Amino acid sequence: MSGQKLLSTIGFYALVVVIVVFSVFPFYYAIVTSFTTGTDLFKINYWPRAFSWANYETVLGGRNFVRSIWNSVFIATTTVVFALFLAVTASYALARVRFRGRGLLLMMILAVSMFPQIAVLAGLFELVRFLGIFNTPWAMILSYVIFTLPFTVWVLTTFMRDLPVEIEEAAIVDGATPWIIITRVFMPLLWPALVTTGLLAFIGAWNEFLFALTFTSSETTRTVPVAIGLLSGASQQEIPWGPIMAASVIVTVPLIILVLIFQRKIVAGLTAGGVKG
Amino acid sequence: MAKIELKNVTKSYGAVQVIKGIDLTIEKGEFMVFVGPSGCGKSTLLRLISGLEEITTGDMLFDGERVNNLIPSKRGIAMVFQSYALYPHMKVYDNMAFGMKLDKTSDAEIRKRVENAAKLLQIDHLLDRLPKQLSGGQRQRVAIGRAIVRDPRVFLFDEPLSNLDAALRVQTRLEIAKLHHSMSNVTMIYVTHDQVEAMTLADRIAVLRDGRLEQAGTPAELYEHPNSLFVAGFIGSPKMNFLTGKFAEAEGCTTLGVRSEHLEVVDNSPWTGEVLHVEDLGSDHFLFVEIGSDEPVIVRRPGKATIPVGTRVSIAPKPGHLYRFDKDGKPVR
Repeated sequence: MSGQKLLSTIGFYALVVVIVVFSVFPFYYAIVTSFTTGTDLFKINYWPRAFSWANYETVLGGRNFVRSIWNSVFIATTTVVFALFLAVTASYALARVRFRGRGLLLMMILAVSMFPQIAVLAGLFELVRFLGIFNTPWAMILSYVIFTLPFTVWVLTTFMRDLPVEIEEAAIVDGATPWIIITRVFMPLLWPALVTTGLLAFIGAWNEFLFALTFTSSETTRTVPVAIGLLSGASQQEIPWGPIMAASVIVTVPLIILVLIFQRKIVAGLTAGGVKG
Repeated sequence: MAKIELKNVTKSYGAVQVIKGIDLTIEKGEFMVFVGPSGCGKSTLLRLISGLEEITTGDMLFDGERVNNLIPSKRGIAMVFQSYALYPHMKVYDNMAFGMKLDKTSDAEIRKRVENAAKLLQIDHLLDRLPKQLSGGQRQRVAIGRAIVRDPRVFLFDEPLSNLDAALRVQTRLEIAKLHHSMSNVTMIYVTHDQVEAMTLADRIAVLRDGRLEQAGTPAELYEHPNSLFVAGFIGSPKMNFLTGKFAEAEGCTTLGVRSEHLEVVDNSPWTGEVLHVEDLGSDHFLFVEIGSDEPVIVRRPGKATIPVGTRVSIAPKPGHLYRFDKDGKPVR
């Protein structure tokens, strides 16, 4: 019996190791590569052999890379702020206000997120041109908010529905307007959900490539993924793997730090809706 | 402080009418209890009075002023919910102060009122705690405190005791009764499905059934002069015995009602049968006697049980304590 138990324990951890290696390996390989230079790049090394900051110096010393980071920070943050504001107010209405066509509206919101980016790219490009925001951060913010909202609204609507109606009614009796209910009663209760959806919106905006590539023309308005994609080597034939990997590590680290900071909130947020109490 | 008048009030959700025309006047300072089986519309009626739901037709007057479309906070009401409905992220003090803060009451005034209410309810040592750190009874007191500080014209209670255990329920019931005595000028409306709560707390009871007012009156009136078969069966514990068929025909009615305490064991009577079951409560006991009616007849006798199960006994009603109802459930006079 105990032999069987030991075996199943070993099996369990073996599976854990496989899964961890499987998901972490690409990032690990990027880190290892980012510290190698020259012809070492084209040897397959699973363990770091040389250690050099040269690639990082190349990237950060590049003309506009730091600028790109700031563009990304600004765009991602603004996207999150807009998306959360719109989603919280919309989900209050969708979860709590009875009106005709509510179910249909929710379905339509979900349907929007089903279109592939490439399908709406042309239309969105026209819209961006029409609004005169081409080659500005607002073009990206607009398109990211559009693509983030369906998910954010759905998640927050689900959470909002789970909040007891009596708490809202108590606030109404206390004289609270819908705005006060949202900001002073519901928002504090929704923090885990807000952090979770906000973080996912941030990651989505941070990593997005296609729109950022299409809606920018000058180097100073590029976001980080585009800047990395357009890193060029000494000649057309050379792909600068070292600097690309260094840049990738630089832009991934902030995300990992954010997730670690909010990790406990995320876990609470993902489970809070499921269990009463 | 408010006299509340309902004039032919109805409420419909789409095609479904849940309140079917209710006329009722609740006097100033009165403790009115709405009672009835689940789904009778008693909670809906309370929500109509609170303003959380709007009435479909009819009129509602507070002190003669029409409040049909007035929002809850402008009606001068305070409500205590079944599930307490405290704000989970606020301390007890902030829970009680929230409404006044929205009213822009001065901080000193808020502090004074919260502390007074907290003292009255003996929760003044809990003001710095969060709701999750309190027991069920304490939470319910905070909810009552939150209502008191609003200094309302009308107090509304929506089944406030149904989440508490039996011992706490009796204790909190007593506190609500005390509260009513100490705030005798405030009108209180209390919803419950428990007729014992209704009988013990109410100045007057309104029995609701299927969206209609079945009867309104003092507990004694309802107990002694029920206006229908339904009220007779709903008020009083154990339930009034109902006899049909030959038992009722002998008295010239369709249904004959007699309360358990108005039945006696006698030497000889047409109502004779076997004792099926005995419930001994210590101070008194109940005999369940099978005399050939639809259900066993319950007889309440004082003291400890002396008649064993299986004995054949004769029972008879005390004179003048029979309730006779016609085929529509109305009393025969």
